Amino acid sequence: MNYLAFGVAAWIFCVGVYGAIVSRNLIHLALCLTVTQSSTYVLLLAIGYKHHAGAPIFKGVKLGTPAVDPVVQSLTLTDIVVSVTVVALVLALAVVAHEHSGTVDPDELASMEG
Amino acid sequence: MSWALPLPVAIPLLAAALMVSTDHLTPRLVHDAVAILASGAALAFSLVILLASQSHDVLHWFGGWHPDGGVAIGIVFAADPFGAAMASLATALVFLALIYSLTYMREESRSFDVLMLGFGGAMAGFSLTGDIFNMFVWFELMGVCAYALAGFKIEELGPVQGAFNFAVTNTLAAYMILTGIALLYARTGILNLAQIGHELAGDKADRLVVVSLTLIFIGLMVKAAIVPFHFWLADAHAAAPAPVCVLFSGAMVELGIFFIARVYWTVFDAPFHAHPGPIKVLLVVIGMLTMLVGALMCFLQRHLKRLLAYSTISHAGAMLAGIGLLDSKSLAGVANLILAHAFLKGGLFLVCGLVLMQLKNIDEIRLRGAGRDMPITGVLWFLGSLGLVGIPYVGIFLGHGLLDDGAIEHGYGWIPALTMVAAGTCAGAMFRAGARVFLGWGADEDELLSPEPDENPQERDAKVPLMWAVTAVMIGLGLVASIVPGLEPRSERASERFVDRTAYASRVLHGIAVHGGPHLPFDLPSATGSSLAYGSGALLVALAVAAIGLWHGRVPRLVQAPLDAIRDAHSGIVGDYLLWIVGGTAVIGAVWAFTLP
Repeated sequence: MNYLAFGVAAWIFCVGVYGAIVSRNLIHLALCLTVTQSSTYVLLLAIGYKHHAGAPIFKGVKLGTPAVDPVVQSLTLTDIVVSVTVVALVLALAVVAHEHSGTVDPDELASMEG
Repeated sequence: MSWALPLPVAIPLLAAALMVSTDHLTPRLVHDAVAILASGAALAFSLVILLASQSHDVLHWFGGWHPDGGVAIGIVFAADPFGAAMASLATALVFLALIYSLTYMREESRSFDVLMLGFGGAMAGFSLTGDIFNMFVWFELMGVCAYALAGFKIEELGPVQGAFNFAVTNTLAAYMILTGIALLYARTGILNLAQIGHELAGDKADRLVVVSLTLIFIGLMVKAAIVPFHFWLADAHAAAPAPVCVLFSGAMVELGIFFIARVYWTVFDAPFHAHPGPIKVLLVVIGMLTMLVGALMCFLQRHLKRLLAYSTISHAGAMLAGIGLLDSKSLAGVANLILAHAFLKGGLFLVCGLVLMQLKNIDEIRLRGAGRDMPITGVLWFLGSLGLVGIPYVGIFLGHGLLDDGAIEHGYGWIPALTMVAAGTCAGAMFRAGARVFLGWGADEDELLSPEPDENPQERDAKVPLMWAVTAVMIGLGLVASIVPGLEPRSERASERFVDRTAYASRVLHGIAVHGGPHLPFDLPSATGSSLAYGSGALLVALAVAAIGLWHGRVPRLVQAPLDAIRDAHSGIVGDYLLWIVGGTAVIGAVWAFTLP
């Protein structure tokens, strides 16, 4: 059992969240969210990974040939699709916030808003 | 009935797609008609499913992938009465909100209707799904529509900032849920709720399951606006158009609560069945904390929508505590509380929409006496507030009564007293605001209340009678929710079904029918003496709080300082909100890591 990939996933998650907390720029903050999100890719793929196993394509392959788990791969794809929408929306909001106030610093925005 | 189960989701989503694609071709009338018809059809099918679910769980295996020998491969929608009721409630609110916004959101209404339908479809899917990854997808879809709707009035800074905070905090919540789901999948190799529970049943819970429990619960608590994950809610509500607030407060927050119960009773009941103590205590404690913080913050607001938003947080806390008691009676109470609260709070937000449109402001102090010549709107506000007190046989009384009875049976005799005080405080704040705006009572300034910026009004000539009618329907439904004949025994039986994990698994995986119990009577709900007393007590608290709010003297420094501290925590800075989420996760996770077996 290889724990490295799980450690990496946890590390990426924490780095992304830390970045989002200390961020002084809305665009940077949105990118930190995508970093956090990529930890879920690593985690999902690591869960389905098997040593010495091929891609989960079963056409023309002998029955019983080891393959990595295809379910987590489709979960990862779904995750990408769903989250891209969110990040696009967050970036759009950041652009509009900049148009209104001339700043992308969340602290300054909050003080303007009161 | 199986064929009808995807329709409450599919019809709104398809209609939304159709409306986007034909946006430039169809006249406004067609556009409106499609939106109303689609949401009405979704509501009708949800209600049909709700009726059918009384006798058996309605199942739909997508693509015909039925379970083979009890092993689920496909994705399932599984509607039991509570799931179907949540779907019905969400689609009903979408339907009413769309009728209300027929004239209210005139100019922007095209993309507005599309987002509302998408939001409604996602909420219905979230209520009906029996698959944990599918739940995540609906969570995200619900989120995207909600963020866009919160920031709908994009020409102002407030909505943009509120939507941004909402989007960032809830997206982090979604990633936490996804990580928790991945860990569950790593342990069991399955995504079907019933089967995960089945796989986890024999084993002793280990740390992996505890981490997964923490991540999934906290992700859902962010959606449910539980302290200290609640900060986004007031920002989003203050900024969103009134019909959108109806959906946020009436259905979306409650769906977070609902799924905490769903995932506990299908999955985590299996490994923690023997030692649920730490889960129970923690959920009850943070539920009560949320309830009190929400009530206090509610009292301190002068922005009417923020005031209602904090009262939603307070009620969400009571709901979480009811779920945390982990028994069927309290759960039935929570279900009834959700029902009555949704219509009453939704109606109150619609009153805010009317106030904003007619008086061009939403600030309690500036509007002092301005609503004197708006008797209908004022009466609606007071009736809605009255329903949220919990006085005997009105509004949320049945929900609170059952919840209190469950709490007393479990030896948590202090819960009913706290819910009484919190519900009374929230309603008292609403009475105070109503008395100031519609009657002109009280001082014309109040140092206790938070200073608030203005919200620019919707500058349109809307059809006020139509808006009154929708608001009156919602508040009326909420007020009578406690005296619906036969609702009490049905909700109790539904919640007994809800908490029976092995029966749920055999119904979903093996298609075994429910054993029909005795025929349930259509009686008026009964009430215990203690719940009558607590209900009347809540009214006294509400009147006292309203009187204090209107006519208090100078506030001593000793009171003002801690209030300022709590207020300052609600900073509006998204980084702070994320830090609260991380800190809360660390504390809750640590408690569970050391106390769960």
